[in-house]
Amino acid sequence: MSAKIKHFPGEPIETREFREGKVLTESFKPKAKYAWSAGIAVSRFLEELKNGRIIASTCSKCKRIMVPPRIYCEKCFKPTDGWTYVKDTGVINTFSVSFLAADATRLKEPIVVAIIDLDGASENMGIVHRIEEYGDWKEIKIGMRVKAVWKPPEERVGAITDIKYFKPVKE
Amino acid sequence: MCEVAIVGVGCVGFRPITLELSYKELMFEAAVKAYEDAGGIDPRKDVDVFVTCAEDYLEGFSIFDEFVPDQLGAALRHLFTVSGDGMLGLATAYMLIKTGHFDTVVVEAHSKASDILTYMDIVNFGLDPIFNRPLGGHPYYIAGLEMNRYLHDTCTTEEQCAQVVVKNKKNAIANPYAAYGADVTLDQVLCSKTLFHPLKKLEISTPADGCIVMVLASEKVAEKLTDKPVWVKGVGWCTETPSLETRDWTRAIYTRLAAEMAYKTAGIANPWRDIDFAEIHDMFAYKELQHMEALKLCDYGEAGKLTEEGLTALEGEFPVNASGGLLGMGFGLEASGLQKVLEVVLQLRGEAGSRQIEDVEAGLAHTWRGIPTATGAVAVLSNVK
Repeated sequence: MSAKIKHFPGEPIETREFREGKVLTESFKPKAKYAWSAGIAVSRFLEELKNGRIIASTCSKCKRIMVPPRIYCEKCFKPTDGWTYVKDTGVINTFSVSFLAADATRLKEPIVVAIIDLDGASENMGIVHRIEEYGDWKEIKIGMRVKAVWKPPEERVGAITDIKYFKPVKE
Repeated sequence: MCEVAIVGVGCVGFRPITLELSYKELMFEAAVKAYEDAGGIDPRKDVDVFVTCAEDYLEGFSIFDEFVPDQLGAALRHLFTVSGDGMLGLATAYMLIKTGHFDTVVVEAHSKASDILTYMDIVNFGLDPIFNRPLGGHPYYIAGLEMNRYLHDTCTTEEQCAQVVVKNKKNAIANPYAAYGADVTLDQVLCSKTLFHPLKKLEISTPADGCIVMVLASEKVAEKLTDKPVWVKGVGWCTETPSLETRDWTRAIYTRLAAEMAYKTAGIANPWRDIDFAEIHDMFAYKELQHMEALKLCDYGEAGKLTEEGLTALEGEFPVNASGGLLGMGFGLEASGLQKVLEVVLQLRGEAGSRQIEDVEAGLAHTWRGIPTATGAVAVLSNVK
């Protein structure tokens, strides 16, 4: 146990005893619900997704076009001073092919998640989204050009999923 | 060792809801104000360490620490989060500067209580899952348990507790940072619904949204940045056993020990005499009285009488919660401690407007982490080095 204390209360137990339910537990399901205010910058972003557009905020001091938009430039710590639309096309910065769902069960079809540098945004700025219509996932490459596939206008609700996914496009 | 001062404060709120701003935007606004107040420092280069205070379940994010740097100017700078009340962040900043390795440290705490749709379930989730949670009931019954025993043992009256509400809500009317200022009568408080016997509705503070950012600096930097440094003379903190079955139900021992720790560093022998006013955690009205006694401002069982006699009123001999307290400002969750420190700073700088207390040199800020905790912290501040 330790140099000074040779015995703690209790008995050693074996795996079998766990399996047979001899070890007691208490279970509880928390009721945790939140509604996060999107705020000035993100509300505008979500509104524009409903319109089928991606909007960025700008910092004229650092000459940055920032997406997702924010009301401050984290580089110079000044409030942002403008808005501009960026394109719904871009380049895969990096991607991963996820063979597991969030609960760690095996997926029949893998989910491809990519960081996409959007055209018109500053370097390393863009969106995280799923890639579909790629054929064989082994064909997906870093640097590949992709374009957003939007939900029809009447189905958009002002959420990141108003874009269904991005798909590879020819140069 | 060098002295440590608060050189800048920034506050947004407190308001019942702030639907129009995200927590990030709330933090940005408070930070901008604090940096401007601290002589216009640039957080991108003039701050050595950032300390934020947040509890994941109150935010609704796991590992909330990761979501805070950008809006404070702390991206790719040196930052960490304390999972606790803002005053523990202040104590951490104080210690960092005392090491001599850091000159400027920023502390942040906020409440976006209006984002939490199931606040009471979150509080309930803080109860022991085996012994207490299965019994059901609203977790604030814990305050009822404590108030009942406190009144029983000290002969403090329900009227004396209600007087705390009348005083604090009235003080809050003069505080632009307060959400719930009101002119209420003793009768209105006493006749408000009993929710957790003997605790009544108007004796319970209501959560509010807000954010406070503070800049602390070492002596040599502080004197360059501001003409009105507020010196941190001592800090202390303490936690009692979490067990409801075994904790002390009358005396707030955690506060007594936190105060003794702070007083020792600050050289305070007689707090009522050596300190001019106090901001004390009053999430529930009786807690102000119980905490006054634990803070050694008066004898055990005496706080109710002093309050009834008006000694702790704004114009009294020893004003308590000139800000309006949490009953008047709103309960700022983990920002509660900084709400207390903020008022002490404003009073010591002479910037408290129509609620300004005259001729003050030293003030006491006290916090408690609320139901179901038994954690408290204390800071002694002064405008004299």
